Amino acid sequence: MSKTIMSPAATSPTAAQAGAAPAVARPTLELIGLRKSFGAIEVLRDVSLRVARSEMVFVLGRSGSGKSTMLRCCNRLEEPDAGEILLEGERITGRGVNLDRVRRRIGMVFQNFNLYPHLDARRNVTLALRKVLGQSREEADARAAEALARVGLADRADSYPAQLSGGQQQRVAIARAIALEPAVMLFDEPTSALDPELVGDVLAVMRELKQDGMTMLVVSHEMAFAREAADRVVFMAEGRIVEEGPPEQIFTSPRHESTRAFLSRYSFGQ
Amino acid sequence: MSDLDRFIDTFLNGAVLARYAPDILRGVWVTVELSVLIVIAGTALGTLLACIRAYRIAPVSFLIVVYADVFRALPPLVLILLAYFGLPNVGVSLSSFAVLFAILCLTLGAFAEEIVWAGITATDRGQWEAARPTGLGFTQTLVHVVLPQAVRMVIPPLTNRAIAITKMTALGTVIGVPDILNQATTAQSFSGNASPLTLAAVAYVVLFLPFVILSRWLESRFAWRKI
Ligand SMILES: Nc1ncnc2c1ncn2[C@@H]1O[C@H](COP(=O)(O)OP(=O)(O)OP(=O)(O)O)[C@@H](O)[C@H]1O
Ligand SMILES: [Mg+2]
Repeated sequence: MSKTIMSPAATSPTAAQAGAAPAVARPTLELIGLRKSFGAIEVLRDVSLRVARSEMVFVLGRSGSGKSTMLRCCNRLEEPDAGEILLEGERITGRGVNLDRVRRRIGMVFQNFNLYPHLDARRNVTLALRKVLGQSREEADARAAEALARVGLADRADSYPAQLSGGQQQRVAIARAIALEPAVMLFDEPTSALDPELVGDVLAVMRELKQDGMTMLVVSHEMAFAREAADRVVFMAEGRIVEEGPPEQIFTSPRHESTRAFLSRYSFGQ
Repeated sequence: MSDLDRFIDTFLNGAVLARYAPDILRGVWVTVELSVLIVIAGTALGTLLACIRAYRIAPVSFLIVVYADVFRALPPLVLILLAYFGLPNVGVSLSSFAVLFAILCLTLGAFAEEIVWAGITATDRGQWEAARPTGLGFTQTLVHVVLPQAVRMVIPPLTNRAIAITKMTALGTVIGVPDILNQATTAQSFSGNASPLTLAAVAYVVLFLPFVILSRWLESRFAWRKI
């Protein structure tokens, strides 16, 4: 993970757009001027963000600042009102986009796992492989075994979600997503529902994914992990990205008032 | 003749039982055949309609709801008589077996639709949100993710309803379907003895008790949702 790859993505999107053409490949995921309202509430107000290939971007922000909504717009679980989203340079918002094709290139992991309770771990992983990619049972089983091994659950393929701990369930959910070999993974508070002693296993898996070069956009309040593993931290407040930078800078010398307030609550509040 | 003897002679007359047992056995076969057909077709119909309703196409859903409400509101006997005696007047004449099958199938279908629909709506939204981002389409998600969970959830009310409907095959007696009850009442009027009816009752118990026990087994088998 060389710094030269990271820095162009870290520059402000407007500058990059304005033609200060980056010498590196296009970003894996790019949000441009995203807006979204629920009724009268403006949840996203002009959100722009670029996530470079193999980059891990952390999103922080108070409850209700629009973090989940931003992630959910990325695979169109929510429909943005305005703005564009590009996946590997290809527009995935607006009409005429094959949603099912786009979605499987964006892996998503939820706070509450959302595993299929009627299927065992293996079949949780193979369902989309077989029905979407049309793989044979043998192919899909092999891919599932590989994905489960990557999250350290090779021996739990036959277990049903109810027979797994929260941390194991979340790792199966990650295996389900990575088996589709997505271009980018979105994590929405992947460890918030876990007992503290189970958090580490999930973070370890995410760390390994990063080492293997996975592009990741992570909403999480695991500050220590962000500090250690993230390439960039983004802070959201009231539907805007108010500050972004390398974790060291955000955590030690935040510029924006709301970032400072948020961080002080997190470090001293509890 | 003692009271007990009279009781036995009326309800458990050996000679009468032996004489009419084969008829009732034939009736058992008819009832079994009808029941199996009704349960399979009715449940399939209800499940299919519930799935169609999941697409939320307003006019289609409206028609399904109207059908379900009408068939749940009307006593099946009314519909059976109406179909059997009314339809020939408009040139459609169905056998009594076909009428009984059609009406009970439609009745079970109406209840099954509502039950399965309740299961579909009760399935966690998160299941859709997990499945769709993996590229599964709406129909694929419905069929492979939501429906299996919905059906497991509603197995108990579904089996109860199926049992209730299959017992209604006895209504076929009024239009001459040669089911258990019909054979028994015929035998009863020929012999002037109630023993064939006793035999019919025994036949129903033997027939439906396994169903009831099966439903208990299914209930415990699919109880994975419990903590
Ligand atoms: N489907 C919806 N309908 C109406 N309002 C919604 C909907 N989803 C989110 N909101 C509102 O949008 C705002 C932002 O929600 P969002 O879930 O994106 O916040 P968040 O930053 O993820 O918060 P948290 O840290 O609590 O998860 C909130 O005020 C929320 O009430
Ligand atoms: Mg959220």
